[in-house]
Amino acid sequence: MRMTKRTDMTTKKAVFIRTSAIILALLVSAIFILLLGHNPLDVYVSMIDGAFGSAYRIKDTLTISIPLIVTSIGILIAFKMKFWNIGAEGQILMGAFVASFIALNFIELPKLLLLPLMFVGGFIGGGLWALIPAVLKVRFDTNETIITLMMNYIAIKWITFLQYGPWRDPKSMGFPKIANFTDNAILPKVFGIHAGWIIAIAIIIVVTIFMNRSKRGYEITVVGESVDTARYAGMNVKKIIITSLFVSGGICGIVGMMEASAVNQTLTSQLSAGYGYTAIITTWLSGLKSIVVLPVSILFAAMIKGGSFIQTAYQIPQSAAKVLQSMILFFVIGSEFFVQYKIVFTNQINKLVKEVKQ
Amino acid sequence: MKKLISLLLALTLVVALAGCGKTPETEVPNNETPNNETPEVNEAAKDMIVGFIYVGPIGDGGYTYAHDQGRLYLEEQLGVKTIYKESVPETQDVEQEIRNMIDQGATAIFATSFGYMDYVAKISKEYPEVAFFHCSGYLTTDNMANYFGRIYQARYLSGIVAGLKTETNEIGYVAAFPIPEVVRGINAFTLGAQSVNPDVVVKVTWTSTWYDPAKEKEAAIALLDGGVDIIAQHQDTTGPQQAAEERGAFSIGYNTDMSTMAPKAYMTAPIWNWGPYYVAQTQAVIDGTFTSHAYWEGMAEDIVRLAPLTANAPEGAAEAVDAATAKILDGSEYIFEGPLYDQAGEVKVAEGVKMTDEEMLSINWFVKGVEGKIEQ
Repeated sequence: MRMTKRTDMTTKKAVFIRTSAIILALLVSAIFILLLGHNPLDVYVSMIDGAFGSAYRIKDTLTISIPLIVTSIGILIAFKMKFWNIGAEGQILMGAFVASFIALNFIELPKLLLLPLMFVGGFIGGGLWALIPAVLKVRFDTNETIITLMMNYIAIKWITFLQYGPWRDPKSMGFPKIANFTDNAILPKVFGIHAGWIIAIAIIIVVTIFMNRSKRGYEITVVGESVDTARYAGMNVKKIIITSLFVSGGICGIVGMMEASAVNQTLTSQLSAGYGYTAIITTWLSGLKSIVVLPVSILFAAMIKGGSFIQTAYQIPQSAAKVLQSMILFFVIGSEFFVQYKIVFTNQINKLVKEVKQ
Repeated sequence: MKKLISLLLALTLVVALAGCGKTPETEVPNNETPNNETPEVNEAAKDMIVGFIYVGPIGDGGYTYAHDQGRLYLEEQLGVKTIYKESVPETQDVEQEIRNMIDQGATAIFATSFGYMDYVAKISKEYPEVAFFHCSGYLTTDNMANYFGRIYQARYLSGIVAGLKTETNEIGYVAAFPIPEVVRGINAFTLGAQSVNPDVVVKVTWTSTWYDPAKEKEAAIALLDGGVDIIAQHQDTTGPQQAAEERGAFSIGYNTDMSTMAPKAYMTAPIWNWGPYYVAQTQAVIDGTFTSHAYWEGMAEDIVRLAPLTANAPEGAAEAVDAATAKILDGSEYIFEGPLYDQAGEVKVAEGVKMTDEEMLSINWFVKGVEGKIEQ
């Protein structure tokens, strides 16, 4: 038995593999739910109901999807270059850090000035943080996966330090909490959802055009396909990597600004809530297509929201709800393997070899 | 291929249907609950939904477990439906969870950790028809009560047990956050220990966690390595207890009876008894008599207790605890009554003067005999 890369993948086959993966996931999870003493069908229906069952729930699901969408787009730019940026979590936090610095120190600025300033600050914060692994990569050829991952922990510890130390709200009576933002530092709501959704859509449009229509977008794709080709074509590969990573991290930094401003209304070390890692999955599942990021992220947000809903509706422990979500993920991501590769059994190989020999 | 899909689909159905057959009593999720947040005042108890928000998992064997026992007691006594959410961080998440619970029909919410306070206060104004209860804070609004217990009374008693037991006269205290509640507990514990053993020193280490078993255990080990022979704690886990157990030291627990977690070390613990309060308040909401309040009662109301002493407790401890309990109940032992000295030995509370509740609730200094620093 061995694995070979598929060359015969058709859309029809891919859809089949993915569909059966989801069905299998539901089936295995059903057994798990049964063991917990609940009716799987009810639980599934209730998950969907929890995510989309009312205007409030849809709004909530969309609110969760906003950071996923924007982070995925940011990661996507790096992934297109085959630069494995696992550091979105840290880039989100550093973006939030700079945005919060502005929010907490320029409280007298009017909203119309303060928010754009925070937006730019968030972009620069995330961008600069991503610049470090990019420079290390082009200068010393370091492994970007490890460096970006490790830098997440530095960012988390930095925010924790601020929260427990110099930035702690003196009014919090010893509790480690940074002061809440004033009203003029909070993103307004548009149609009941914070204005981040407009930013998310704008970013999707801009990045889609950028990746497909601009010279730099084309260059990024070429670098991703083959660095040698890019070099041969006279492209400045180092410059492309560095500027694209700045944009990639910058977009993640915007997420930090939005989460700090609209959702938490302050800076906390738990601000990112794992979006930086979840977005790696959504980016991958989108097939690195910026438009596809939108539905994938919304479905993912629905899964998070639905999973949270069944916890209270059925009194399922948090850990069990997480197992359910992970099970679905495991099958869906696992199915990607079968889209890319096929398993060939030895007797089939022998047959093939014979055919070739004849 | 299509055959495979339909086969899988059929299998899913079979499993699902089997589920229907096996568990006909499965509760139907409350899809029909109106989302318009206008509950009628005189709903029958069984139609009422009460939400609980926990900072840790209900299996923490400590703080959250104690609250969850209160929730179960409430269900049993009144027959109301309760919903709960575990491990909700002390961030904006709590606001989200409260909205979710209200969306699912909850008309009373108990938020059980200090760090939820600002968020609960904020959201209470948005939902004036919902009754909010916040545990261990100091803010109230028109429809948000705060509640807590004078656990320091039970801590004082546990200090007596530790003070009699210690041989090195050094007791370790694994503390959570430098907030008044924790500081007050350390002071009461120290005063209790000093009441039977004036030479006692209480060494404090901060973990800045409510729920991190590994970190809290490590902090206890560091204290034990520093020469203490008894460990007391203020977190929601049993980590420090296990440290004492492994090192052959003794321990004072917190929140619930932890005797099974550290059978060779555990002596007793100040514990919570939330059930009666939850029943009384939920009944008030059902009757429409709920009003915002600040509830802070102690052993007299049985909301706090000292867990039964185990065989590890020193000789004479039971008698000393009983005597002190009687004095607390009849009011002759107030605990925070002068003369009280701060760490430098300066008089903080003059002889005969009793600290007011406000002073106790905002206490930010350690009494003499505590080794540790409060970051301001």
